[in-house]
Amino acid sequence: MLTRRIIPCLDIHNRKVTKGVKFQNNIVLGDPVEMAARYADEGCDELVFYDITASAEGRPIDIEMVRAVAHAIRIPFAVGGGISSMDDMSRVLLAGAEKVSVNSLAVRNPGIIAEGARQFGAQCIVLGMDPVANPDRTRFPSGYEITVKGFRERTGMDAVEWARRAVDLGAGEIVVNSVDADGTRQGFELTLTRLIADAVPVPVVASGGAGCPQHLAEAFTQGHADAAIIAGMIHTGDYTIPQIKQWLTGAGIPVRQKW
Amino acid sequence: MIAIIDYKAGNLTSVRLAFEALGVPARITQNAAEIRAADRVVFPGVGAAGSAMRNIRELALAEVIRETVSSGKPFLGICLGTQIILESSEEDGGTPCLGVVQGSVKRFQPTDRRDKVPQMGWNSVAIRQPHPVFAGIADHSEFYFVHSYYPAPARAADILGETEYAGVRFASAIGLRNLVATQFHPEKSGRIGLRLLDNFIRWDGTPPAGGKGAAC
Repeated sequence: MLTRRIIPCLDIHNRKVTKGVKFQNNIVLGDPVEMAARYADEGCDELVFYDITASAEGRPIDIEMVRAVAHAIRIPFAVGGGISSMDDMSRVLLAGAEKVSVNSLAVRNPGIIAEGARQFGAQCIVLGMDPVANPDRTRFPSGYEITVKGFRERTGMDAVEWARRAVDLGAGEIVVNSVDADGTRQGFELTLTRLIADAVPVPVVASGGAGCPQHLAEAFTQGHADAAIIAGMIHTGDYTIPQIKQWLTGAGIPVRQKW
Repeated sequence: MIAIIDYKAGNLTSVRLAFEALGVPARITQNAAEIRAADRVVFPGVGAAGSAMRNIRELALAEVIRETVSSGKPFLGICLGTQIILESSEEDGGTPCLGVVQGSVKRFQPTDRRDKVPQMGWNSVAIRQPHPVFAGIADHSEFYFVHSYYPAPARAADILGETEYAGVRFASAIGLRNLVATQFHPEKSGRIGLRLLDNFIRWDGTPPAGGKGAAC
Protein backbone atom coordinates (compact mmCIF):
# COMPACT_ATOMS: atom_id res chain seq x y z
CA MET A 1 0.00 0.00 0.00
CA LEU A 2 1.25 3.46 -0.83
CA THR A 3 2.09 5.17 2.45
CA ARG A 4 1.31 8.77 3.36
CA ARG A 5 4.43 10.91 3.22
CA ILE A 6 5.75 13.06 6.05
CA ILE A 7 7.90 15.89 4.76
CA PRO A 8 9.90 18.16 7.07
CA CYS A 9 10.26 21.64 5.66
CA LEU A 10 13.49 23.54 6.16
CA ASP A 11 13.26 27.30 5.62
CA ILE A 12 16.69 28.53 4.67
CA HIS A 13 18.03 31.97 5.40
CA ASN A 14 21.69 32.73 4.86
CA ARG A 15 22.54 29.04 4.74
CA LYS A 16 20.85 28.32 8.07
CA VAL A 17 17.53 26.67 8.84
CA THR A 18 15.20 29.25 10.35
CA LYS A 19 11.67 29.31 11.62
CA GLY A 20 9.34 32.26 11.73
CA VAL A 21 5.62 32.86 11.80
CA LYS A 22 4.38 34.53 8.64
CA PHE A 23 7.88 35.63 7.76
CA GLN A 24 8.38 37.41 11.08
CA ASN A 25 10.85 36.74 13.92
CA ASN A 26 13.12 34.33 12.13
CA ILE A 27 15.22 32.34 14.56
CA VAL A 28 18.16 30.13 13.57
CA LEU A 29 17.51 26.43 14.15
CA GLY A 30 20.60 24.79 12.73
CA ASP A 31 22.64 23.67 9.78
CA PRO A 32 20.57 22.51 6.78
CA VAL A 33 22.75 19.54 5.84
CA GLU A 34 22.97 18.25 9.42
CA MET A 35 19.25 18.65 9.98
CA ALA A 36 18.41 16.98 6.66
CA ALA A 37 20.66 14.02 7.51
CA ARG A 38 19.15 13.71 10.97
CA TYR A 39 15.55 13.78 9.73
CA ALA A 40 16.37 11.29 6.97
CA ASP A 41 17.91 8.98 9.60
CA GLU A 42 14.82 9.33 11.75
CA GLY A 43 12.66 8.15 8.87
CA CYS A 44 11.15 11.19 7.19
CA ASP A 45 9.95 10.28 3.70
CA GLU A 46 11.11 13.34 1.81
CA LEU A 47 12.37 16.85 2.56
CA VAL A 48 11.67 20.30 1.21
CA PHE A 49 13.95 23.35 1.32
CA TYR A 50 12.45 26.77 0.79
CA ASP A 51 14.01 30.08 -0.13
CA ILE A 52 17.32 28.55 -0.64
CA THR A 53 19.04 31.76 -1.65
CA ALA A 54 22.57 32.54 -0.63
CA SER A 55 21.26 35.63 1.12
CA ALA A 56 18.01 37.32 2.02
CA GLU A 57 18.47 39.83 -0.79
CA GLY A 58 17.40 37.32 -3.39
CA ARG A 59 20.83 36.51 -4.74
CA PRO A 60 21.17 33.30 -6.74
CA ILE A 61 20.17 29.87 -5.54
CA ASP A 62 22.69 28.36 -3.16
CA ILE A 63 23.63 25.48 -5.43
CA GLU A 64 26.48 24.35 -3.19
CA MET A 65 23.99 23.75 -0.44
CA VAL A 66 21.80 21.67 -2.75
CA ARG A 67 24.86 19.61 -3.66
CA ALA A 68 25.81 19.13 -0.03
CA VAL A 69 22.30 17.94 0.82
CA ALA A 70 22.27 15.57 -2.17
CA HIS A 71 25.53 14.04 -0.96
CA ALA A 72 24.26 13.66 2.58
CA ILE A 73 20.86 12.00 2.07
CA ARG A 74 19.46 9.15 -0.04
CA ILE A 75 15.81 10.18 -0.01
CA PRO A 76 14.03 12.61 -2.35
CA PHE A 77 14.05 16.32 -1.65
CA ALA A 78 12.47 19.36 -3.27
CA VAL A 79 13.80 22.88 -3.51
CA GLY A 80 11.64 25.96 -3.76
CA GLY A 81 11.49 29.62 -3.10
CA GLY A 82 14.49 30.84 -5.03
CA ILE A 83 13.67 29.40 -8.46
CA SER A 84 13.39 32.21 -10.97
CA SER A 85 14.15 30.63 -14.34
CA MET A 86 14.50 27.41 -16.33
CA ASP A 87 18.21 27.74 -15.73
CA ASP A 88 17.67 27.70 -11.95
CA MET A 89 15.46 24.61 -12.29
CA SER A 90 18.07 22.85 -14.31
CA ARG A 91 20.90 23.64 -11.89
CA VAL A 92 18.91 22.56 -8.84
CA LEU A 93 17.85 19.25 -10.42
CA LEU A 94 21.32 18.48 -11.75
CA ALA A 95 22.74 19.16 -8.29
CA GLY A 96 20.65 16.22 -7.06
CA ALA A 97 17.24 17.57 -6.04
CA GLU A 98 14.29 15.36 -6.99
CA LYS A 99 11.86 18.22 -7.57
CA VAL A 100 11.61 21.95 -7.85
CA SER A 101 8.74 23.89 -6.40
CA VAL A 102 7.52 27.01 -8.18
CA ASN A 103 5.07 29.44 -6.68
CA SER A 104 5.21 33.19 -7.48
CA LEU A 105 7.19 32.43 -10.61
CA ALA A 106 4.41 30.20 -11.94
CA VAL A 107 1.78 32.87 -11.22
CA ARG A 108 3.81 35.43 -13.18
CA ASN A 109 4.69 32.98 -15.91
CA PRO A 110 2.50 29.84 -15.99
CA GLY A 111 4.36 28.68 -19.09
CA ILE A 112 7.33 27.79 -16.88
CA ILE A 113 5.33 24.81 -15.57
CA ALA A 114 4.84 23.46 -19.08
CA GLU A 115 8.41 24.16 -20.04
CA GLY A 116 9.76 22.52 -16.88
CA ALA A 117 7.52 19.47 -17.28
CA ARG A 118 8.55 19.08 -20.91
CA GLN A 119 12.23 19.33 -20.16
CA PHE A 120 12.47 17.43 -16.86
CA GLY A 121 9.21 15.49 -16.54
CA ALA A 122 6.03 16.43 -14.70
CA GLN A 123 7.14 14.49 -11.59
CA CYS A 124 9.90 17.09 -11.09
CA ILE A 125 7.61 20.10 -11.17
CA VAL A 126 5.76 20.95 -7.98
CA LEU A 127 3.35 23.85 -7.83
CA GLY A 128 3.45 25.57 -4.47
CA MET A 129 0.43 27.74 -3.70
CA ASP A 130 -0.41 30.09 -0.84
CA PRO A 131 -4.21 30.50 -0.82
CA VAL A 132 -6.05 32.75 1.62
CA ALA A 133 -9.77 32.57 2.42
CA ASN A 134 -11.80 35.07 0.41
CA PRO A 135 -15.58 35.05 0.85
CA ASP A 136 -16.24 36.77 -2.50
CA ARG A 137 -17.71 33.69 -4.19
CA THR A 138 -18.44 35.41 -7.46
CA ARG A 139 -14.76 36.08 -7.99
CA PHE A 140 -13.49 33.08 -6.02
CA PRO A 141 -15.85 30.11 -6.44
CA SER A 142 -13.68 27.93 -4.18
CA GLY A 143 -13.65 30.60 -1.45
CA TYR A 144 -9.85 30.89 -1.64
CA GLU A 145 -7.64 33.36 -3.44
CA ILE A 146 -4.01 32.78 -4.42
CA THR A 147 -1.45 35.10 -2.83
CA VAL A 148 2.22 35.49 -3.74
CA LYS A 149 5.42 36.99 -2.41
CA GLY A 150 5.17 35.49 1.02
CA PHE A 151 1.42 36.20 1.30
CA ARG A 152 1.95 39.93 0.75
CA GLU A 153 0.28 40.18 -2.65
CA ARG A 154 -3.14 38.98 -3.76
CA THR A 155 -3.47 37.76 -7.33
CA GLY A 156 -7.22 37.69 -8.04
CA MET A 157 -6.85 33.99 -8.95
CA ASP A 158 -9.15 31.30 -7.59
CA ALA A 159 -7.23 28.52 -5.82
CA VAL A 160 -9.05 25.55 -7.37
CA GLU A 161 -8.98 27.03 -10.86
CA TRP A 162 -5.27 27.67 -10.53
CA ALA A 163 -4.62 24.14 -9.28
CA ARG A 164 -6.47 22.62 -12.24
CA ARG A 165 -4.72 24.87 -14.71
CA ALA A 166 -1.29 24.09 -13.26
CA VAL A 167 -1.95 20.36 -13.58
CA ASP A 168 -3.10 20.84 -17.19
CA LEU A 169 0.17 22.66 -17.81
CA GLY A 170 2.16 19.78 -16.34
CA ALA A 171 2.55 20.18 -12.57
CA GLY A 172 3.13 16.72 -11.06
CA GLU A 173 2.26 17.65 -7.49
CA ILE A 174 0.68 20.53 -5.59
CA VAL A 175 1.71 21.86 -2.19
CA VAL A 176 -1.20 23.70 -0.60
CA ASN A 177 0.15 26.07 2.01
CA SER A 178 -2.61 27.80 3.92
CA VAL A 179 -1.84 31.44 4.62
CA ASP A 180 -4.26 31.46 7.52
CA ALA A 181 -2.90 28.33 9.18
CA ASP A 182 0.80 28.86 8.45
CA GLY A 183 2.91 28.91 11.58
CA THR A 184 -0.05 28.62 13.94
CA ARG A 185 0.48 24.93 14.82
CA GLN A 186 -3.30 24.76 15.25
CA GLY A 187 -3.86 22.23 12.46
CA PHE A 188 -3.97 22.23 8.67
CA GLU A 189 -6.74 24.07 6.87
CA LEU A 190 -8.65 20.93 5.99
CA THR A 191 -11.43 22.43 3.86
CA LEU A 192 -8.89 24.06 1.59
CA THR A 193 -6.68 20.96 1.40
CA ARG A 194 -9.61 18.75 0.50
CA LEU A 195 -10.94 21.17 -2.12
CA ILE A 196 -7.64 21.06 -3.97
CA ALA A 197 -6.99 17.33 -3.39
CA ASP A 198 -10.41 16.42 -4.80
CA ALA A 199 -10.02 18.77 -7.76
CA VAL A 200 -6.80 17.39 -9.25
CA PRO A 201 -5.57 13.92 -10.27
CA VAL A 202 -2.01 14.50 -8.99
CA PRO A 203 -0.76 14.15 -5.39
CA VAL A 204 -1.51 17.01 -3.01
CA VAL A 205 0.65 17.98 -0.04
CA ALA A 206 -0.93 19.72 2.98
CA SER A 207 1.18 22.53 4.39
CA GLY A 208 0.85 25.08 7.16
CA GLY A 209 -0.44 24.54 10.66
CA ALA A 210 0.97 21.16 11.75
CA GLY A 211 1.31 21.10 15.54
CA CYS A 212 0.75 17.48 16.59
CA PRO A 213 0.34 14.01 15.03
CA GLN A 214 -3.44 14.31 15.15
CA HIS A 215 -3.21 17.22 12.70
CA LEU A 216 -1.40 14.99 10.20
CA ALA A 217 -4.03 12.28 10.59
CA GLU A 218 -6.71 14.89 9.83
CA ALA A 219 -4.85 16.10 6.75
CA PHE A 220 -4.81 12.54 5.38
CA THR A 221 -8.35 11.50 6.33
CA GLN A 222 -10.43 14.70 6.20
CA GLY A 223 -8.12 16.74 3.98
CA HIS A 224 -7.52 13.90 1.47
CA ALA A 225 -3.84 14.85 1.34
CA ASP A 226 -1.25 12.41 0.02
CA ALA A 227 1.54 13.96 2.06
CA ALA A 228 1.95 16.53 4.82
CA ILE A 229 4.62 19.09 5.52
CA ILE A 230 5.77 19.60 9.08
CA ALA A 231 8.16 22.15 10.51
CA GLY A 232 7.91 23.72 13.96
CA MET A 233 6.58 20.62 15.70
CA ILE A 234 9.79 18.71 14.98
CA HIS A 235 12.27 21.59 14.77
CA THR A 236 11.53 22.53 18.37
CA GLY A 237 11.90 18.92 19.53
CA ASP A 238 8.27 18.68 20.66
CA TYR A 239 7.93 15.56 18.52
CA THR A 240 10.26 13.20 16.68
CA ILE A 241 9.46 11.57 13.35
CA PRO A 242 9.33 8.06 14.87
CA GLN A 243 6.84 9.33 17.48
CA ILE A 244 4.67 10.86 14.75
CA LYS A 245 4.80 7.67 12.69
CA GLN A 246 3.99 5.51 15.66
CA TRP A 247 0.99 7.67 16.49
CA LEU A 248 -0.24 7.63 12.87
CA THR A 249 0.17 3.86 12.67
CA GLY A 250 -1.98 3.56 15.80
CA ALA A 251 -4.57 5.77 14.12
CA GLY A 252 -4.67 3.43 11.11
CA ILE A 253 -2.80 5.72 8.71
CA PRO A 254 -0.35 3.84 6.47
CA VAL A 255 3.17 5.25 6.94
CA ARG A 256 6.60 3.90 6.05
CA GLN A 257 7.66 1.54 8.81
CA LYS A 258 11.24 0.52 8.08
CA TRP A 259 14.17 2.59 6.94
CA MET B 1 33.55 0.72 -13.38
CA ILE B 2 29.79 1.07 -13.49
CA ALA B 3 28.31 2.71 -16.57
CA ILE B 4 25.09 4.67 -16.04
CA ILE B 5 23.47 4.97 -19.44
CA ASP B 6 22.49 8.53 -20.26
CA TYR B 7 19.85 8.70 -22.96
CA LYS B 8 18.69 12.18 -21.98
CA ALA B 9 15.84 10.76 -19.90
CA GLY B 10 16.00 12.85 -16.80
CA ASN B 11 18.36 13.53 -14.06
CA LEU B 12 20.91 10.85 -13.25
CA THR B 13 22.73 12.69 -10.48
CA SER B 14 21.13 10.79 -7.63
CA VAL B 15 22.01 7.45 -9.23
CA ARG B 16 25.64 8.48 -9.49
CA LEU B 17 25.66 9.88 -5.94
CA ALA B 18 24.25 6.62 -4.54
CA PHE B 19 27.08 4.59 -6.08
CA GLU B 20 29.55 7.21 -4.86
CA ALA B 21 28.15 6.77 -1.35
CA LEU B 22 28.99 3.07 -1.71
CA GLY B 23 32.52 3.97 -2.74
CA VAL B 24 32.20 2.66 -6.28
CA PRO B 25 33.09 4.81 -9.27
CA ALA B 26 30.18 5.26 -11.66
CA ARG B 27 30.20 7.10 -14.92
CA ILE B 28 27.22 8.71 -16.63
CA THR B 29 27.73 8.03 -20.32
CA GLN B 30 26.17 8.00 -23.78
CA ASN B 31 29.20 6.30 -25.27
CA ALA B 32 28.70 2.72 -26.52
CA ALA B 33 32.40 1.85 -26.11
CA GLU B 34 32.34 2.98 -22.50
CA ILE B 35 29.19 0.98 -21.85
CA ARG B 36 30.81 -2.11 -23.41
CA ALA B 37 33.93 -1.63 -21.29
CA ALA B 38 32.02 -1.34 -18.01
CA ASP B 39 31.84 -4.20 -15.49
CA ARG B 40 28.19 -3.54 -14.87
CA VAL B 41 25.58 -1.32 -16.40
CA VAL B 42 22.73 0.73 -14.96
CA PHE B 43 19.86 1.78 -17.18
CA PRO B 44 17.88 4.44 -15.28
CA GLY B 45 15.63 7.27 -16.47
CA VAL B 46 12.49 9.21 -15.80
CA GLY B 47 10.12 10.80 -18.28
CA ALA B 48 8.09 9.45 -21.17
CA ALA B 49 8.61 6.25 -23.15
CA GLY B 50 8.14 7.92 -26.55
CA SER B 51 10.91 10.45 -26.20
CA ALA B 52 13.11 7.92 -24.39
CA MET B 53 12.93 5.49 -27.33
CA ARG B 54 13.51 8.35 -29.75
CA ASN B 55 16.65 9.36 -27.84
CA ILE B 56 17.86 5.77 -27.77
CA ARG B 57 17.49 5.60 -31.53
CA GLU B 58 19.22 8.95 -32.06
CA LEU B 59 22.09 7.98 -29.80
CA ALA B 60 22.21 4.49 -31.39
CA LEU B 61 22.14 2.82 -27.97
CA ALA B 62 19.63 0.02 -28.56
CA GLU B 63 22.23 -2.41 -29.82
CA VAL B 64 24.68 -1.90 -26.97
CA ILE B 65 21.84 -2.28 -24.45
CA ARG B 66 20.72 -5.60 -25.98
CA GLU B 67 24.32 -6.69 -26.27
CA THR B 68 24.98 -5.92 -22.59
CA VAL B 69 21.93 -7.86 -21.51
CA SER B 70 23.00 -10.92 -23.51
CA SER B 71 26.64 -10.60 -22.43
CA GLY B 72 25.92 -11.88 -18.93
CA LYS B 73 27.17 -8.65 -17.36
CA PRO B 74 25.10 -7.48 -14.35
CA PHE B 75 22.48 -5.09 -15.68
CA LEU B 76 20.14 -2.95 -13.56
CA GLY B 77 17.11 -1.13 -14.95
CA ILE B 78 15.44 1.60 -12.91
CA CYS B 79 12.00 3.21 -13.41
CA LEU B 80 11.65 4.28 -17.06
CA GLY B 81 14.73 2.18 -17.88
CA THR B 82 12.82 -0.83 -16.56
CA GLN B 83 9.70 0.00 -18.55
CA ILE B 84 11.42 0.35 -21.89
CA ILE B 85 13.21 -3.00 -21.68
CA LEU B 86 9.79 -4.57 -22.17
CA GLU B 87 8.29 -5.00 -25.63
CA SER B 88 5.93 -2.04 -25.70
CA SER B 89 4.37 0.72 -23.63
CA GLU B 90 0.89 2.23 -23.71
CA GLU B 91 2.52 5.63 -23.22
CA ASP B 92 2.53 8.26 -26.00
CA GLY B 93 -0.18 6.48 -27.97
CA GLY B 94 1.67 3.15 -27.94
CA THR B 95 5.44 2.95 -28.09
CA PRO B 96 7.45 -0.05 -29.31
CA CYS B 97 10.28 -0.62 -26.82
CA LEU B 98 13.47 -2.68 -26.59
CA GLY B 99 11.85 -6.07 -26.03
CA VAL B 100 14.60 -7.48 -23.82
CA VAL B 101 11.90 -8.80 -21.46
CA GLN B 102 8.59 -10.15 -22.74
CA GLY B 103 5.56 -8.10 -21.79
CA SER B 104 4.18 -4.60 -21.93
CA VAL B 105 3.80 -1.42 -19.89
CA LYS B 106 0.35 -0.19 -18.86
CA ARG B 107 -1.09 2.98 -17.41
CA PHE B 108 -2.65 3.08 -13.94
CA GLN B 109 -6.44 3.45 -14.31
CA PRO B 110 -7.60 4.24 -10.79
CA THR B 111 -11.26 3.78 -9.99
CA ASP B 112 -10.86 5.44 -6.59
CA ARG B 113 -10.21 9.17 -6.98
CA ARG B 114 -7.98 9.09 -3.92
CA ASP B 115 -5.45 7.04 -5.92
CA LYS B 116 -3.45 9.75 -7.63
CA VAL B 117 -1.42 9.33 -10.81
CA PRO B 118 1.56 9.44 -10.71
CA GLN B 119 1.97 7.07 -7.80
CA MET B 120 4.42 9.15 -5.80
CA GLY B 121 5.94 7.95 -2.55
CA TRP B 122 6.91 4.85 -0.58
CA ASN B 123 5.22 1.54 -1.24
CA SER B 124 6.11 -1.98 -0.18
CA VAL B 125 7.54 -4.71 -2.35
CA ALA B 126 6.44 -8.31 -1.79
CA ILE B 127 9.40 -10.46 -2.75
CA ARG B 128 8.17 -13.29 -5.00
CA GLN B 129 11.52 -14.93 -5.67
CA PRO B 130 14.73 -14.72 -3.67
CA HIS B 131 17.51 -12.98 -5.56
CA PRO B 132 21.03 -11.84 -4.66
CA VAL B 133 19.97 -8.16 -4.99
CA PHE B 134 17.44 -8.68 -2.18
CA ALA B 135 20.03 -10.12 0.23
CA GLY B 136 19.45 -8.72 3.71
CA ILE B 137 16.30 -6.88 2.61
CA ALA B 138 13.14 -7.88 4.44
CA ASP B 139 10.04 -8.92 2.54
CA HIS B 140 7.59 -6.00 2.20
CA SER B 141 10.30 -3.38 2.62
CA GLU B 142 9.28 0.03 1.32
CA PHE B 143 10.87 1.74 -1.65
CA TYR B 144 10.35 5.11 -3.34
CA PHE B 145 8.17 5.13 -6.48
CA VAL B 146 7.30 7.86 -8.99
CA HIS B 147 5.42 6.60 -12.05
CA SER B 148 2.17 6.67 -14.01
CA TYR B 149 2.78 3.44 -15.95
CA TYR B 150 3.76 -0.01 -14.68
CA PRO B 151 5.53 -3.02 -16.13
CA ALA B 152 3.48 -6.13 -16.92
CA PRO B 153 5.92 -8.92 -17.83
CA ALA B 154 4.37 -11.74 -19.84
CA ARG B 155 6.02 -14.51 -17.82
CA ALA B 156 5.45 -14.92 -14.10
CA ALA B 157 8.95 -16.42 -13.88
CA ASP B 158 10.42 -12.97 -14.62
CA ILE B 159 8.70 -11.31 -11.64
CA LEU B 160 10.94 -10.87 -8.59
CA GLY B 161 8.72 -8.56 -6.57
CA GLU B 162 5.20 -7.13 -6.64
CA THR B 163 3.56 -3.96 -5.40
CA GLU B 164 -0.08 -2.94 -5.15
CA TYR B 165 -1.41 0.41 -6.28
CA ALA B 166 -4.59 1.82 -7.81
CA GLY B 167 -6.31 -1.56 -7.81
CA VAL B 168 -3.52 -3.48 -9.54
CA ARG B 169 -0.72 -5.71 -8.35
CA PHE B 170 2.20 -5.03 -10.63
CA ALA B 171 5.75 -6.27 -11.10
CA SER B 172 7.87 -3.75 -9.21
CA ALA B 173 10.99 -5.89 -9.63
CA ILE B 174 11.91 -8.02 -12.63
CA GLY B 175 14.73 -10.53 -12.96
CA LEU B 176 15.93 -12.43 -15.99
CA ARG B 177 19.38 -14.06 -15.97
CA ASN B 178 21.90 -11.21 -15.50
CA LEU B 179 19.21 -8.53 -15.63
CA VAL B 180 17.44 -7.00 -12.67
CA ALA B 181 15.01 -4.13 -13.13
CA THR B 182 13.00 -2.18 -10.60
CA GLN B 183 10.09 0.18 -11.07
CA PHE B 184 11.07 1.90 -7.82
CA HIS B 185 14.12 4.08 -7.30
CA PRO B 186 16.67 2.26 -5.12
CA GLU B 187 18.90 5.35 -5.30
CA LYS B 188 16.21 7.38 -3.52
CA SER B 189 15.04 4.66 -1.16
CA GLY B 190 17.22 5.43 1.84
CA ARG B 191 19.32 2.75 3.53
CA ILE B 192 17.28 -0.15 2.14
CA GLY B 193 17.64 1.13 -1.42
CA LEU B 194 21.36 1.58 -0.89
CA ARG B 195 21.54 -2.01 0.32
CA LEU B 196 19.96 -3.16 -2.94
CA LEU B 197 22.53 -1.19 -4.93
CA ASP B 198 25.31 -2.58 -2.76
CA ASN B 199 24.00 -6.08 -3.44
CA PHE B 200 23.96 -5.27 -7.15
CA ILE B 201 27.61 -4.21 -7.21
CA ARG B 202 28.56 -7.47 -5.44
CA TRP B 203 26.49 -9.65 -7.75
CA ASP B 204 28.29 -11.44 -10.59
CA GLY B 205 25.20 -11.65 -12.78
CA THR B 206 24.48 -15.32 -12.09
CA PRO B 207 20.78 -15.89 -11.48
CA PRO B 208 19.91 -17.47 -8.12
CA ALA B 209 19.98 -21.25 -7.78
CA GLY B 210 16.91 -22.85 -9.26
CA GLY B 211 17.93 -21.16 -12.47
CA LYS B 212 14.48 -19.97 -13.44
CA GLY B 213 16.14 -17.38 -15.63
CA ALA B 214 17.76 -20.04 -17.76
CA ALA B 215 14.65 -21.28 -19.49
CA CYS B 216 13.74 -18.99 -22.36
